[in-house]
Parts: sequence; C-alpha cells; structure tokens
Amino acid sequence: MFDDFFIRALAAGLGLALVTGPLGCFVIWRRLSFFAGTLAHSALLGVTLAISFDINISFSVLLVSSAIALILLRLQKTTKLPGDALLGLLAHSSLAIGLVVIGFLSYIRFDIMGLLFGDILAVNKKDLLVIWVGGAIILLILKIIWKPLFASTVNYELAEAEGMQPEKVNIIFTILMAAIIAISIKMVGILLITGMLIIPAAMARNLANNPQQMVVLSIIGGILAVLVGLFSSMQFNSASGPSIITAALLLFILSFLKINKLRQLKK
Amino acid sequence: MKENNNILVKLENTGVQVDKKWLVRGVSFEIQRGKIVTLIGPNGSGKTTTAKLALGIHKNIEGKVHKFTNKISYVPQKISIDWTLPLRVSDFMLLTENLTTNEIDTALDLTGVKHLKNNDLRNLSGGEFQRVLIARAIAKKPDLLVLDEPVQGVDFKGEIALYELIKKISEKLGCGILLISHDLHVVMSATDYVVCLNGHVCCSGTPQAVANDSKYKELFGDRASTILSVYEHDHDHTHSTDGSIETKK
Repeated sequence: MFDDFFIRALAAGLGLALVTGPLGCFVIWRRLSFFAGTLAHSALLGVTLAISFDINISFSVLLVSSAIALILLRLQKTTKLPGDALLGLLAHSSLAIGLVVIGFLSYIRFDIMGLLFGDILAVNKKDLLVIWVGGAIILLILKIIWKPLFASTVNYELAEAEGMQPEKVNIIFTILMAAIIAISIKMVGILLITGMLIIPAAMARNLANNPQQMVVLSIIGGILAVLVGLFSSMQFNSASGPSIITAALLLFILSFLKINKLRQLKK
Repeated sequence: MKENNNILVKLENTGVQVDKKWLVRGVSFEIQRGKIVTLIGPNGSGKTTTAKLALGIHKNIEGKVHKFTNKISYVPQKISIDWTLPLRVSDFMLLTENLTTNEIDTALDLTGVKHLKNNDLRNLSGGEFQRVLIARAIAKKPDLLVLDEPVQGVDFKGEIALYELIKKISEKLGCGILLISHDLHVVMSATDYVVCLNGHVCCSGTPQAVANDSKYKELFGDRASTILSVYEHDHDHTHSTDGSIETKK
C-alpha cells in the first residue's frame, strides 16, 4: 500500500518525536529555545566539515555542536554579556563560517536547501538505525540524569546544595541536545529541528499540570505531528519536513482552543 | 575524636569575593549534630553568602570548608518558579529525594499545608510557599538543615509554631541546623551558638555572650541587647506538655 521510502520516513519521524518530546520540555522549562536554534545553526558548519574531510555527517555535527555548546557554557561564566547575546554571537558566526566553507567547496554539488530543511523521504536503512539506536541512548541517559537535571532546572542553588551536581548534568544535557540535532539533521534540517523541539512541548505546556504529564503529551504531540504531516504531504504533495512542523503548529492552536473551552466550562 | 564525629560542617577562615569585593572574609565556625547555629547581622553583612559557603555553592573560595555529610536540606532565601514549569506541591516535594506518599503527607501536615498538596506551586501565597519549602526540607530527614530566613511572609502565629517545629525536628532527627534569622527574639531563645556577621565575624558565642558583647551593641543598637532579658522575663505564653507554645489570651 505504501512505498518503502514512506514507511522509512514514518519510522524515522516517530523515532525523532519520541526523543524530541522530553528534550523539548527541558528546552521550554529552561528557556533554551534560542539555544536549540544556535546549536542547529552551528550544525551547518558540522555538515560542511564532514563533507570537506569526508567523515560521517552525524558524527561531525555532534562534535561541532557539542563544542559550540561547551564554548557557550564557558563564555556564560567568563563574560558579562547576557545569554541571548552570546547565543546570537555563536549562532550567526558559526552559520557564517559554515557558509564561507561551503563557498570553498564549489567543486561539490551542494544541496543547501536539503541541509536547511532536510529530506525525511530520503532516509535510508542506515539512517534509521542511527536515529533509533542514537535516540534510545539519548533517552536512556536523560532518564538517568532526570532527577538532578529537573532539580537544577527548578533551582540551581538548591540542587547544588543538596548534592545534585547541577553543573555536571547541565553539561550532559547540552551534549544530548547536540546529539539529537546531529541524528535528526538529515531528516528535518537545520531550520526545522528547533520547531520539532519547541512546538510539541509548547502545546503540552498548554494542557499539562505536572511535569510527567507534560513530557507524555509532548511525545504524543510530536507523534501526531509526524503522522499528520507525512500523510498530508503525501496527499497534497507538499514538502514533508515543513508539513510536519505545520501539523505541530495546528496541534498547538488546537490546544489553545481546548483551554479556552475548559475555562468556559468552569465558569 | 569523639566530638569530631558530631561535626557536620566546619568552616575554617573562609571568604569569597566577587568583582574584587569581599562579600565575607575570615569566617570560622562549625555546626554539630543536634545544635542550632544562627547567623545574624545587618543587610548585606554576608549571612546568605556564609550559608552558601557552608553548603558548597560558592566556588573559588578562600579558606576551607569541611563537609562531613551529604544529607543536606536547604531552604533558600529566594526561590522563583518559572511559569514555564507546571509543578504541583507534591512534585516539588520529590525534587531531590524519593519519598513515599506517607512521608510527603506527614511533612506537609507538620507545617500545616497538607490541603495544598495538589495545588500548583506558583499559586501559593508567600507564607504558604515558605511552609512547603520547610516541609520539603524536613521530609528528607537531613543531617544538616540550612534555613535562610525560613519564616519570611508567614503570619505571626505560624512563625512561632514553625520555629517550635524546627527545634522539635532538630531534636528528633538529631540534625544540625544553620539558621539565618532577623528575629532576635527567636535567635536568642532557641539557639546554641550565634555568629554575628558584618562582612566578617563581629562576635560569636552563646546567645548570652553575644548579647553582652560591645560589638553586638554597636551593630544593633542598645535596645537589641535588652532583648535577651526581655525574653527571659516574657511570660505571655505557657508551654504545653509537648513543648509547643500556648498563648495566653
């Protein structure tokens, strides 16, 4: 009934939604939306380096994004610039360097649209393996550091005082963020991964009244967005990555309507 | 050596500076099991900083902090919960420790906020929030309890009850307490050891010794030193058998 490439796209999208759901909640809780964007921008540099040195794209993106994230953590401690200024500095300078490097690679035919928006329909079996195995590892690590990470999200000093080692888990979390971007860049691209992290979690925030509930709703929202997005892209022949994000946005709008209805019922 | 086993935290000549300005310097004291140490001092004298030194929150410090326990509960002076976080009181209770429902209920009951268990944390009043903070801290059954102005915003009646509760908990658990308080009445009546700060240790010792110290009088004014005697002759309440205060009407 469906073509193989469509089944693979579904499997990849669902795997991605399982991981971006919980990570996205932390992005919302810690006000890291712009941070996720910065990491995604720096991924472009990772991709160009991968092509220049002929190494695995996911691996290269993981290295570059982690490096940028760790530089950011360092800069936050040593400079007096606010966090968003530092993020802008790193995001745009790494994007610029990435584009400059691409310029030198003119001998290679380069699909920059593919980089920016990904191509979930082009996912092969090896990519699927990377997504599911990588995703499982990310989720496992997130589960292990959940308590200290959550405690330091609520209050850093309290977590520090009560032996939760917030600095350590912050670094681990940052690397997890770089990792999810690395494994998903080929599917949804640089510009859309941030949307996948933020929009389902934002929808969940509208409906949840406790953290666990928000994580579950965020995962469900992501899965629905992938299903609706992919099927409608097949139906209307629209670009699949952007269709997924558009579906997520529709869910977000629906979650608003539901709140207003609930409020009216209460009155 | 036997005495050493009772020491939970020991500060040796500690200090911390930010932007080349010393917040506090030359602070030494120790907290022992079952004892209450109180930090007093004017605004900006480094009370909270000293508490954070004892907790190991400040890095790159001068001097040494020896910690002999990891079971620590902290009630910070300020804590703001972001609106982005959906968080009920019951979720907050589990922040750094796995507790049973029973343990959560007992602790919330002790501080008088059990009915708020399923409420969203950010919809509480200031006083209710302080009670939840204290409940979370004692539910952990810590060895060391650090309380930074724990009863701010709590109504007058609740204030006395909470201080009584804190004292009772310290006796029951045998934990050490580091308390920051502006309420000299409470400090002078319920404390084993007082450290008076003003960027450095002004004076320290038993409440009596500190109250009679000339530096303390200089810092808080003459009236402050009479507080101890006022307290000793204050008979507007009686104690019931379990030690809680019954106010005479």
